[in-house]
Amino acid sequence: MHSETVAELIAGLKERKYSATELAREMLGRIQRAQPELNAFITIEAESALAAAAEADRRLAAGGAPPLTGVPIAHKDIFCAAGSRTTCGSKMLANFVSPYDATVVARLRAAGAVVLGKTNMDEFAMGSSNETSHFGAVRNPWDPSRVPGGSSGGSAAAVAARLVPAATATDTGGSIRQPAALCGVTGIKPTYGRVSRYGMIAFASSLDQAGVIARSAQDAALMLGAMAGFDERDSTSVDAPVPDYVGGLDRPLRGLRIGLLKEFFDKGLDPAIEACLRTALEALRAQGAELRDVSLPNLPLSVPTYYVVAPAECSSNLARFDGVRFGHRCEEPRDLKDLYERSRGEGFGAEVKRRIMTGTYVLSAGYYDAYYLKAQRVRQLIASDFARAFAQVDVLIGPTTPTVAFELGAKTADPITMYLNDIYTIGANLAGLPAVSIPCGFVQGLPVGLQIVGAHFAEERILNVAHRYQRETDWHARAPEAYR
Amino acid sequence: MADPPHDVSAWETVIGLEIHAQLATRSKIFSGSATAFGAPPNAQANLVDLGYPGVLPVLNGEAVRMAVMFGLAIGARIAPRSVFARKNYFYPDLPKGYQISQYELPIVAGGQVDIVLDDGSARRVAVTRAHLEEDAGKSLHEGLPGLSGIDLNRAGTPLIEIVSEPDMRSAKEAIAYMKKVHTLVRYLRICDGNMQEGSFRCDANVSVRRRGAEKFGTRAEIKNINSFRFVEKAINYEVARQIELLESGGKVVQETRLYDPDKGETRSMRSKEEANDYRYFPDPDLLPVELDETYIQSVRAQLPELPDQKAQRFVAQYELSGYDAQVLTASSELADYYETVVRTAGGSPKLAANWVGGDLAAFINRDGLEISASRVGAAALAGLLRRISDNTISGKIAKDVFEAMWDGQQEADAIIEARGLRQITDDGPIEAAIAAVMAANPVQLADYRAGKDKLFGFFVGQVMKATQGKANPARLNELLRQKLSG
Repeated sequence: MHSETVAELIAGLKERKYSATELAREMLGRIQRAQPELNAFITIEAESALAAAAEADRRLAAGGAPPLTGVPIAHKDIFCAAGSRTTCGSKMLANFVSPYDATVVARLRAAGAVVLGKTNMDEFAMGSSNETSHFGAVRNPWDPSRVPGGSSGGSAAAVAARLVPAATATDTGGSIRQPAALCGVTGIKPTYGRVSRYGMIAFASSLDQAGVIARSAQDAALMLGAMAGFDERDSTSVDAPVPDYVGGLDRPLRGLRIGLLKEFFDKGLDPAIEACLRTALEALRAQGAELRDVSLPNLPLSVPTYYVVAPAECSSNLARFDGVRFGHRCEEPRDLKDLYERSRGEGFGAEVKRRIMTGTYVLSAGYYDAYYLKAQRVRQLIASDFARAFAQVDVLIGPTTPTVAFELGAKTADPITMYLNDIYTIGANLAGLPAVSIPCGFVQGLPVGLQIVGAHFAEERILNVAHRYQRETDWHARAPEAYR
Repeated sequence: MADPPHDVSAWETVIGLEIHAQLATRSKIFSGSATAFGAPPNAQANLVDLGYPGVLPVLNGEAVRMAVMFGLAIGARIAPRSVFARKNYFYPDLPKGYQISQYELPIVAGGQVDIVLDDGSARRVAVTRAHLEEDAGKSLHEGLPGLSGIDLNRAGTPLIEIVSEPDMRSAKEAIAYMKKVHTLVRYLRICDGNMQEGSFRCDANVSVRRRGAEKFGTRAEIKNINSFRFVEKAINYEVARQIELLESGGKVVQETRLYDPDKGETRSMRSKEEANDYRYFPDPDLLPVELDETYIQSVRAQLPELPDQKAQRFVAQYELSGYDAQVLTASSELADYYETVVRTAGGSPKLAANWVGGDLAAFINRDGLEISASRVGAAALAGLLRRISDNTISGKIAKDVFEAMWDGQQEADAIIEARGLRQITDDGPIEAAIAAVMAANPVQLADYRAGKDKLFGFFVGQVMKATQGKANPARLNELLRQKLSG
């Protein structure tokens, strides 16, 4: 059962090939066995999972159960779930049990999904390698000496290792797509506002978006359909109907206009990765798509723009972690200042502190105009570039990452090198666009990701392109040898 | 500093006020928690108010409507697009580590408030802006030795901060302005105006300059003053302090000061250098507030008759003086009371004005009541006024009757009957009393007749005393003059 997709599991449960309880037990066993090597989970929730599975079996027997009833999933540990420890990968929240459900958590529960646990992640979603987690690094199932990417590295590794068929994830600068690419799975970051942010611990509010990592575009479509939609508790969620993502998957690609971003196929891209992409593009052309070159002149400014806007927002969002009401509190504070300084000094890791300091600096009196305001203007320019591109093409295709998965520790010494990992993914966040990463080959035995970026609310279209590609190829179906 | 030995007239005071008015919404500005005052600590704080990880603010449309209403009432421009911003600082009563406020793009811009001073002179105070923001919680120390408690019931209560131009030139003007804004927000029913509970409070920016100087002096900001009396005291103290400082060769430093009502002084809280850098930036969790003309017109249609309009109408309709009209329109409840009295009594609107603005107001103030809790209702007062108008009792006797009504809640007619206070209008008894008084005071009579006209008042008093005040004053005067002149 562990190798079945979400779509196959739905059918298998319905046909009573196995029960939800058997399925949950099987997957929990795999999670336990994989944990020493991969460290993909922060919390394994066997007890509540089995109770939920038993309930799913009752509902399946009674008939009329919602679509995902009995399907085992995992949540990135950034989503608050009532009664569940929610750490955000940080010592700061190592003891935090959420009293409430994130909207994503509530919706997936209502859809019948069975949650097996909370996946590991970079601390407060700040990182591209999953090495900043307070709970230890996650390892790549394709090569445990390598990183799985980040910040949703736990979710990507868990899906790649067949520990769960799908897991929730979040993406602020590439945190769904980059680990999906490095782990050889499918990850979609929806349009900003498509999925509620309520209950998702904020990193950079104007960029954060919840999405899903799964093994196919079809599974991603099934999951996203259950997660998406307006939420009155999130003012930035968009009140627009959710299309039938699964229903649109098979649409033929004839006449599809694919834009190839000049800036994505530039120096810095590993030639072996480029070769995989070119082959994939030919496969899409064979299905009737047209390829066009497109340029987004301001796109090379994405990384510096992002590293002003995101830290600025994070410096404010993380101010609530002050040791007063929840989370880590230092021992024996002398006074208020000491309480703040030591609680925060002890609770946050180095990368989080670096970004809080950067963000505090760029918002300071005298620097605001030069950094924050300018970054917001550049962000507008980048968004306009994308808007112009989507007047000419339906989707943009390029690499997800400049390289395949790198060794643990290879980039931890130099934050800038680490930041450049997000060079191809950040643009979609700055412009609020939907983007999906799918596997398109291997280089030296490691997966390569292909990124499809769509216009606002074009999730249906990018999933359609991804699915048509996956119908003709089997990269997405391959599993790491140790986890088959 | 009670008696500064300086030439105060050489200095001009410049004051600007920042008034914080709590909006009377049922729930908080960004969460569904109730806003009622006086609940046990933290009983009205939900996860949003507590700043829990992952929660998000959702704007209360009622707070927006109230802010727009205020803007329209002062003739301001309502911003078609306003933006919430985060004001970042750490404090235990500020759960998120930032306050959601408005910074560069407030919802209300411009506008003015007209004030009338005690001497009847009028001034116009310009309003710079008014913006929406959330209140912070409160730190508690009482009963917690060695500890600080936090009560977040108030956290997230909607406020409108009304910022004036530095247009006021004395504490008296500042108070008149503050009272006018207080009147206005209560007319609009957007704030309960309760100053003890902190629903209406202000910060005062105070500076002085040499009379005739063009440039403003360096200002001090006095924080969180929560009564009209304290505003006056704090400003006067601060003005005297600054003048003394400048005249002795010192310099005023820009700083935040706190008024201590127990000591009657202001003292330094923090200097400009120590001031927080609030790192304002637009709040990415909230969309800009966009208001179209249709919406603004719909709010305009809800505006009640405003105090200035009502005062003008009172002058025209009831032929009152500007001063009387001002007094009677100080609150819509008082104005309604007055109009009920006039309608029910049917007599002179001026008589009603004197009573409502005079005796009634004095009793209300003495007992610290709101007009709505007056122990003499409008209909009862009208009953009393009818007896003055039809000469059943004199105005003087009426004061005694009113006091009895206040204490016993009986109707005027019942008191008049029970105490036999009906006015004596027949000549017979009055003439008898006059004769008796003249007989008993031969010296005064002789002096009067010798030309000491002032003694007329003495005789009026004596006759009134003899009739227990019941003699009709007009008839008494007439008859007395006849008799005295012999």
